Amino acid sequence: MAEVTLRKIVKSYGALEVVHGIDLDIAHNEFVVLVGPSGCGKSTTLRMIAGLEEVSGGEIAIGGRVVNTLPPRARNISMVFQNYALYPHMTVRENLGFSLKIAGRPPAEIDKATDEAAAILGLADYMDRTPGELSGGQRQRVAMGRAIVRHPDVFLFDEPLSNLDAKLRTQMRVEIKKLHQKVKTTIVYVTHDQVEAMTLADRIVIMKDGHIVQTGTPLEVFERPANTFVATFIGSPPMNLVDGVVAGGAVRFAGDVSLPVPPAFRGRVQEGQRVTYGFRADNLMPAGHAMTGIGETAEIDLTIALAEPLGAETILLSELAGVEIQGKMYNPRPVAAGERLSCLLALDHAHLFDAETGASLRT
Amino acid sequence: MSRAMKDRLIWAVTFLVMLIICLPGLWVVLSAFRTNGEILTKPAVWIPQNLTLDNFRAIFGLGENVLAIPVGSYFLNSLVISVTSTVLAVVIGMSGGYAFARHRFPGKSGAFLWLMLSRTVPGIALSLPLFILWSWIGLIDTKLGVIVVYTAINVPFTVWLTEGFFRQVPRDLSEAAQIDGCTPWQAFWKVEFPLARSGIASAGIFAFLTSWNEYALASQLTRSTDSKTLPVGLMDFTAQFTIDWAGMCAMAVIIIIPALILTFLVQKHLIAGLTFGGVKG
Ligand SMILES: Nc1ncnc2c1ncn2[C@@H]1O[C@H](COP(=O)(O)OP(=O)(O)OP(=O)(O)O)[C@@H](O)[C@H]1O
Ligand SMILES: [Mg+2]
Repeated sequence: MAEVTLRKIVKSYGALEVVHGIDLDIAHNEFVVLVGPSGCGKSTTLRMIAGLEEVSGGEIAIGGRVVNTLPPRARNISMVFQNYALYPHMTVRENLGFSLKIAGRPPAEIDKATDEAAAILGLADYMDRTPGELSGGQRQRVAMGRAIVRHPDVFLFDEPLSNLDAKLRTQMRVEIKKLHQKVKTTIVYVTHDQVEAMTLADRIVIMKDGHIVQTGTPLEVFERPANTFVATFIGSPPMNLVDGVVAGGAVRFAGDVSLPVPPAFRGRVQEGQRVTYGFRADNLMPAGHAMTGIGETAEIDLTIALAEPLGAETILLSELAGVEIQGKMYNPRPVAAGERLSCLLALDHAHLFDAETGASLRT
Repeated sequence: MSRAMKDRLIWAVTFLVMLIICLPGLWVVLSAFRTNGEILTKPAVWIPQNLTLDNFRAIFGLGENVLAIPVGSYFLNSLVISVTSTVLAVVIGMSGGYAFARHRFPGKSGAFLWLMLSRTVPGIALSLPLFILWSWIGLIDTKLGVIVVYTAINVPFTVWLTEGFFRQVPRDLSEAAQIDGCTPWQAFWKVEFPLARSGIASAGIFAFLTSWNEYALASQLTRSTDSKTLPVGLMDFTAQFTIDWAGMCAMAVIIIIPALILTFLVQKHLIAGLTFGGVKG
């Protein structure tokens, strides 16, 4: 059993505090993804779990054992680095078996374990090459193989796919997911790519400026973003956000446009309150192209500034109260710039945030 | 111009340049096999008339005219002094290079600059202060005294060269090794050291050659067979009115040979070291 617990974890470099008291409980065998913009402290947090970075405050426990002062080798963890960090002077086989050799295991056992890992990752044909003679994807696999040979309690990944091209990244993403199903282990995975986070995670932890902003399953953070930051960070294209003022059951925007307060937020806002109205492109579509059963809708007339046909759907760029917004047209047809369309907004999927703090008004 | 022609031309030019550079060396080697009389003839005899091994026989005490120069002791002194100071310089320099490459500490860039600036002082400028210091503490005419000086001369360069190599070894590798179960010490020896090996080997060669060939300081600090090194021993061939050029050249050849052998043995590392191609990702 290896659950990972972070209690009020702080990291400072001298006077500069970069991680501000993070609390996180990771269950046994859970796949948790830390996601956030560059510089938010994801790697630092991961490296503290690994023992590569000293903890300035708080407590880290792995499997119920506080590991704050333990060196990496005593934590029974594996880590896959962004640039693979394979040992250039060793063959693939030696790379895979290195940890077991250090642990003083008999050669027969090392061979068996490396062959097993090689089989799982399809590396059998490259065992005698050095990392310099491998492609990016193959190196990535060796790095993962090196991590699984020793059957660690926890796998740590730091942006393992960011050096691969788009196609290979998608492919390796699937492999990592499969790997997790094969070798059931707790995984902490760091990325700044929200698609990776959504597709891989059992639970997503969204970080910003050294704080955790929201924790939840991919669907939870997608459907109920805790604030405008999460709303724009998760999902593509980012959520449309328009500032307005609550007036008589509706939100009034600049230019005398208004939209009804979404059902989930009724009774949670006061007259005259300044709010940010949020909705995703997926939930704004031309009338007549709407799916059935999308619940309560509101109608807006929009002038289309630009249409981006993607094949199965078309992204429509327009403007609401001086803010650029995006909608989607399913069953696409050619749309000319300047065309005026009557659109429907699915109110069940609209959100209200505090205009000052950006926090969701849902709770 | 055809490719083959071009190659031949480059080869010819290289040969010419090398010939000019190597000529004095060749002359020394040639003279080692000639008689003093022939060397001193004017006008010069360019093509040797009769080659002889007498000079070497004399040095090693095998011929009829035995030299009074204790070449054996000098050789041993040179060997002990060069090897010891090289080992010390490499161990100290490598530790320093590693620290400069890997760790942050206050005054780091200043310390590095000072180390490098110390190279700008010509060694001979230090000979008088050194001589006075060494005679106070009784290190004049001891191997230890010379070893300390040579180690000090070689450390800055070793620090500089190995620092570059350790900096090329990604930090991740040591971290990965530690996660794989190594202590920091094991991670260094099993991962970082092998990857910086070329640099360390070249630093070692340079240190050895510097110590092996050094003359100026050794000539001040050594007196007798207790500590005199081969280059200093060369001066034994000068008497008050005569210079035994042939013997001197023969001894120079004896000095050159170990250095040449060593350089050939590790030239693979040396080339890698000098071109900084030691590590690839
Ligand atoms: N050694 C250090 N000294 C001072 N500040 C540091 C150090 N290492 C990291 N930081 C700072 O800590 C913050 C968090 O860094 P971290 O590497 O954890 O970001 P990240 O979320 O992993 O970003 P990225 O997506 O770019 O990898 C950054 O603002 C960075 O500048
Ligand atoms: Mg990072």
